[in-house]
Amino acid sequence: MALDKLLKKELAVVNIGLKSFTDALDAAACPSAQVEWKPPVEVAAGTLETLRAHAAEIAEANAHALAIMLKGKPVLAGLDVAGNVVPGMKKNLLLHAGPPVTWEKMCGPMRGAVIGALIYERLAKTPKAAEKLAASGKIGFSPCHEHAAVGPMAGIVSYSMPVFVVKNETGGNKAYSTMNEGLGKVLRYGAFSPEVITRLRWMEKTLYPALKKAVAHTGGIDLKTLIAQALHMGDEVHNRNRAGTSLLYRALAPAVVETGRSAKTTAAVLNFINGNDHFFLNLSMAACKAVLDAARNVPKSSLAVAMARNGTEFGIQLAGTGGRWFTGPALVPDALYFAGFSKADANPDIGDSAITETGSLGGFAIAAAPAIVQFVGGTAADALNYTLQMYEITAGENNAYQIPYLNFRGTPTGIDSIKVVEKGIFPFIDTGVAHKDPGIGQVGAGVVSAPAEPFKKAVEGLAETFR
Amino acid sequence: MITKGLIKKGEYFDSVSLMLVARKVTALDGIKDCSIVMGTAENRAILANSGMLLDLFKNALDSDLLIAVSAGTGEQADDAIAKAQEFMAQSGKTETANTEFKPRSTEGALKIIPQANLCLISVAGKYAAAVARDALERGLNVMLFSDNVPVASEVELKKYAQARDLIVMGPDCGTAIINGVPLAFANAVNRGDIGAVAAAGTGLQEVTALISNAGAGISQAIGTGGRDVKQEVGGIAFLQGLEALIKDPGTKIILLVSKPPHREVMAKISELARTAGKPVVGVFLGGNPDSLKECGITVCRTLEDAAYAAVALSRGEKPAAAADSASLQKLAAAERANKRPGRKYVRGLFSGGTFCSEAQVIMEPALGTVYSNVPLSKTNRLESALTSREHTVVDMGDDEFTVGRPHPMIDFSLRNRRIAQEAADPTTSVILLDVVIGYGSNMAPLDELGPVIRAAKKADASLSIVCSVTGTDKDPQCRKKVAAGLEDAGALVMPSNAAACRLAAFIAK
Repeated sequence: MALDKLLKKELAVVNIGLKSFTDALDAAACPSAQVEWKPPVEVAAGTLETLRAHAAEIAEANAHALAIMLKGKPVLAGLDVAGNVVPGMKKNLLLHAGPPVTWEKMCGPMRGAVIGALIYERLAKTPKAAEKLAASGKIGFSPCHEHAAVGPMAGIVSYSMPVFVVKNETGGNKAYSTMNEGLGKVLRYGAFSPEVITRLRWMEKTLYPALKKAVAHTGGIDLKTLIAQALHMGDEVHNRNRAGTSLLYRALAPAVVETGRSAKTTAAVLNFINGNDHFFLNLSMAACKAVLDAARNVPKSSLAVAMARNGTEFGIQLAGTGGRWFTGPALVPDALYFAGFSKADANPDIGDSAITETGSLGGFAIAAAPAIVQFVGGTAADALNYTLQMYEITAGENNAYQIPYLNFRGTPTGIDSIKVVEKGIFPFIDTGVAHKDPGIGQVGAGVVSAPAEPFKKAVEGLAETFR
Repeated sequence: MITKGLIKKGEYFDSVSLMLVARKVTALDGIKDCSIVMGTAENRAILANSGMLLDLFKNALDSDLLIAVSAGTGEQADDAIAKAQEFMAQSGKTETANTEFKPRSTEGALKIIPQANLCLISVAGKYAAAVARDALERGLNVMLFSDNVPVASEVELKKYAQARDLIVMGPDCGTAIINGVPLAFANAVNRGDIGAVAAAGTGLQEVTALISNAGAGISQAIGTGGRDVKQEVGGIAFLQGLEALIKDPGTKIILLVSKPPHREVMAKISELARTAGKPVVGVFLGGNPDSLKECGITVCRTLEDAAYAAVALSRGEKPAAAADSASLQKLAAAERANKRPGRKYVRGLFSGGTFCSEAQVIMEPALGTVYSNVPLSKTNRLESALTSREHTVVDMGDDEFTVGRPHPMIDFSLRNRRIAQEAADPTTSVILLDVVIGYGSNMAPLDELGPVIRAAKKADASLSIVCSVTGTDKDPQCRKKVAAGLEDAGALVMPSNAAACRLAAFIAK
């Protein structure tokens, strides 16, 4: 607008910086918006210049990647055993959450889960023997994310474990996750006592065959629709999965009954699902993984396709940088702790469950889940503001997942690493908190912001692809 | 006295929040001084100057937050440091507890007011160019209040804007009034038919306030930032502004305010003014070229003369020079009568850069050499802005004082220290101050300045303190009240900076 035209129009001002400047605007009844500005993340010299020079190509690539994400249609297609279906799975391989990590650098809960998994696989008899084996170099460790899989918390997937098979019907690709064990002393929080192993064996021998038959009987369950409904019912499908679990239960129960071996088994299977509000979590994760994997390998795109933590490091991967991980130290979440525990007991952030945020759910959809606002400061307005803030760093809005309170606005979708860095706004992640020592389990739940370093490295890495 | 400190890595607060916290801490029992700043080299130099540069600060990074406290005992210092952190945590809380959503970027803000047509930017200088560029890309005009922006960025931004029919006012543009809306540091002035373009922020405040106080009014006041009229920038914004005022039907008289523009820029301004078709008044402090008169510009020596000339033209009268000499002489004689021997120099401490220039224009003919950190002639440059020499005027809003801290119109603390320092100098005869009120400025100037003036006058009543108050009675602080309060504290209050400078010169002569 030419200046002489501006002088004829009503002035409307975006104020970035000193808040006191809005006093004068208010006094003059001038419409204005105050920007809550924070400095950008400092990146290597030349990075932003390179990215700006290619802004149009990046925008085009991002639009392409976003379209793939929005088109994604995750369906629970069946169940199988990891060794049969998970790409690259081997008997002496354990998959874990987050970016690559060695036994030496693994945090307590992940070590605990490794011990438990080796005992479960009958590769070791005692925890001590399992530790020795893990350190011996005879066991391989690899991120779930590199095997089309995701796992909450420690995220350990071993050869014999049953897994959900989630198919992305538009992408044709599949994603895998284990079944959720419930709360308390569980493998994913690093517990490996006999009760943990016993439960895992029951899941393998009883739960898995029953659910495999039931899911096959249903012909597949549309997870996208189920998640959309769960959001309308107060879930964000990361820290709250009560609605999602209930909807899944409704979809599965008749088939479990119809295909069940005995009333006793059927009841046990249904009670197990019914007794675990988080049963759906592993499916919401696999659904997001299936959708996001389809958006991998879109050259030049700055959108994140994975955010994951191994309890030591936080790592991200971008659509435009292939399989490369960009990592930084994981932070300790701000959490509400269970009685008897405090932040001093907490392990740094862990788990692949941040795939839900990467997929526009979890912390990005927290405004849909007023029941868990205690995690974010206690008021519904806080939750709303967190979701609203995430629109600042995403490429678009979801076409299926909506926030009722925002007039059914789609959840913020497609985390743009460049926006994260430029605006200094970090993805907001709902999370559970594991005890830092192996074998103890969950000590709280809360929220954490993604650290700056992985995003800084990611945009630098993306810029390198243009040179 | 013990000085203690703390470094907080990677914590960011804007300088105004930090100033408010530092002020609260200084008010605590037993605390002599407190400084909370980001760890830039400039801020560390300021800390060093006030004896608060602790060893642990010496390798601080720009992104580190430094808390320094001087207190009677170590315990008091520790308590104060703890308190400072509490206050900072609270200042963060009130922001997040606010239920109204605050966007985090121009992109976010445009979702709230899609009709926005101007972006007012006051973030730290090193980030400002990127924020401005983003706003321009989104089709917004920009007023860039931030200073410490490299000149290369300024040129790039202004060229980019010009190509898209947008304007960048600034960087270091303190003042504008667009369509009656005061932006940044501006005063509540009458609307009227005088339009101004200024490459001098406080100059623009002074002329608009003087015009309003004289009963006339302002159509538009366009700021450009002081560097705009230099050769590198080529007067891009100044010429855009002048052109817009020529086209603006609400503007009958045009007033141009600047330090002397580069020769080439001046030529373009003259050329445009010649064809304006409206009366043009100009004040180019310290360098009014004769060529201006030839193109029909009414040329004035001071901001005051220019403002009153515009008022006269607006009323269809002939401009006349100020005629207060006799009364000022009388006042000066009374001040001189009891002056303690040895007190002979003027020490001007300005928050407004234009006032510092105007002071030199007015006082040099009367007093001879006047030293400054922003001298009109290079030979009069102070060796250090921190130390006065004979007659001295200091622009305390100059970049070296403002990196990582608020402008002296908001934060009086640096100038208050300097007032005490000058008052303690037995050769100081007159302390000359500008007090700029209005939006953006400190809302309680009397609370800040009153005690310092009282203390100086109490120590030696023969020290003269001369102030001008720039602003109007409609400003939130109210000019009348501020002037009365300053007089009550012992200052002589003049209606304009020019009058204050004349009085100071009469006293010291």
